[in-house]
Amino acid sequence: MEPASDWLLSFSRPCGIPLRVLVRVYGFWVNAAISTSRLARTFGEQTAVDSVDLEVSAGEIYGFLGPNGAGKSTFVKMLCTLLRPSSGTAMVAGYDIATDATEVRLRIGVALQDAALDPKLTGRELLRLQGRIYGLSHRQATMRIESLSGLLEMAAIDNRVATYSGGMKRRLDLAAALIHSPQVVFLDEPTTGLDPESRAKVWDEIQRINAVDGVTVFLTTQYLDEAERLAHRVGIINAGRLVIEGTPDHLKREVGSEVINVRVRQGTEHAIAAVRDLPGVDDVQVMGDEIVVSVTAGSTTLAPVAVALDGCGADVVDLRLHAPTLDDVFFAATGGRFDEVGR
Amino acid sequence: MNTNNAPQTLARKVGFIGDTRTVATRALKLLPRDSVEYIPAFFAGVITFLITVGALSNVADFTTIAIDYQSFQLPVGVLFAVTGLSRAYALVMDIQGGYFDRLVVSPINRWSILLGLMVADVVLVALLSTLMVVLGLLLGVEFATGFAGMVVFVLLCSGWALAFAGVPYAIALRTESPGAVGGSWVLAFPFLLLSTTFVPRDAMEGWLSAVAAWNPATYLLAGLRSLYLGWDGEALLQATAAVVALAAITFPVALVALKSRTKS
Repeated sequence: MEPASDWLLSFSRPCGIPLRVLVRVYGFWVNAAISTSRLARTFGEQTAVDSVDLEVSAGEIYGFLGPNGAGKSTFVKMLCTLLRPSSGTAMVAGYDIATDATEVRLRIGVALQDAALDPKLTGRELLRLQGRIYGLSHRQATMRIESLSGLLEMAAIDNRVATYSGGMKRRLDLAAALIHSPQVVFLDEPTTGLDPESRAKVWDEIQRINAVDGVTVFLTTQYLDEAERLAHRVGIINAGRLVIEGTPDHLKREVGSEVINVRVRQGTEHAIAAVRDLPGVDDVQVMGDEIVVSVTAGSTTLAPVAVALDGCGADVVDLRLHAPTLDDVFFAATGGRFDEVGR
Repeated sequence: MNTNNAPQTLARKVGFIGDTRTVATRALKLLPRDSVEYIPAFFAGVITFLITVGALSNVADFTTIAIDYQSFQLPVGVLFAVTGLSRAYALVMDIQGGYFDRLVVSPINRWSILLGLMVADVVLVALLSTLMVVLGLLLGVEFATGFAGMVVFVLLCSGWALAFAGVPYAIALRTESPGAVGGSWVLAFPFLLLSTTFVPRDAMEGWLSAVAAWNPATYLLAGLRSLYLGWDGEALLQATAAVVALAAITFPVALVALKSRTKS
């Protein structure tokens, strides 16, 4: 798909209309909660985010997936007005992050990668304080704390945050991000390091605020299962560039209806040549000793692939058929495995 | 996907005063929980006062001090206790713990983040200065200007401490280092020692006298000491000017550091 910024730019230049204005009109037209155009951020010589075009519709959960160091957090920090973009424009909740930062801040909730809490306050004090910062009355704050009780450990809410477990802190951090009922919520790796129970509670709350309250959620994660479970659409970022986006099902279908993973000790070239032209094989990619064979019908293609590999002289150590995962999508888009790129 | 209209946020702009009050309320709430950060400073002031009175009281015999030496030294004790005292350490903890970023992504007024902390500083310094004054009264210090003079004494000390607080805040915002903030009180030493701390101005000679003439602490001490004898408008005006002059240097430095940190 041609990025929106390309044709917005084609209007902007000859008509003399600033790109920022066109992005705003376009975002309003498509009911976008988040809309970026060629958004980029550099730190000295290093490009952390490289010309990203992205749109997130109002009411959507968008999963921003990428390995460590891919640029996810930098991108989020720009959208929530913590970092200024080096170039490009972005609209959040209908406002420009560069020129209308305060309006953006009124409409967003942010939970960054590390829980941003004051350990010397109690959970309730912290939430009330957060409510006051956003202009909530005492009564409104009380009601919001009550409505967020599913996320909080109410029995411990009057204890100091310093005594909370990591999971409780993360959930309190999320509650603080939601206290003012934001239109758009940015969650930067909200479940990293959480125990399964806390993780499930965070997932439930994300789904609840989206389904019940209509909150748009922009979620960065390095967990493929999290993106698959929560996100309506997923964007994959690698080395600062948005490499692919779509619904998880659509992305996986593009890889093929099924995937055969082959690990070979030697003879990789022979193996590729042997399976590439087999009937039912859509695509073959290789990285190191791993060959990923995308196939249309795994049950009928597996046997011919196995026979071909056996006959070509490759030393096969592992052969698996499975439905495509987002890791396969990442592999197809970048030529690397998610975990390996992160390392 | 939920295609209903976007939810109506409850958030609204609070305004500069409301934002400052919110930050100050938090800082004041935390004062009793952070007592370990300022009780040592208070005792440093008390000890300085008691030691100098005990060890140097005969200075009064060969100088032109018009008051007893414990009265002469009480402002010194107070300034040793409160100069450099601020919530800058708490600010560093907020920066390191991420809470500062939480404030920055909220619609809070940027200046309120600092000014709210300074409100708490003034309250704390006024409290500690009052305690020092009470200690002085117990040891026989007398104010010819009465209760009003004591209030002015506390206000001047608070103003001085607030003016100096710009230094640790600037260091906190620039370095994010608790060690650097903790060490910033050393910068108070030139002000406090190169002045009329132990002897009156006319007992000073050479370069020390010249430096003291340019040191705002000299005029502050003179103003504070004048309150023992009666209302001296000129001395009080000079003391106030010294506080304002110090603030005119430190506040912009702190505000520029804040602006640079919140505008990345």
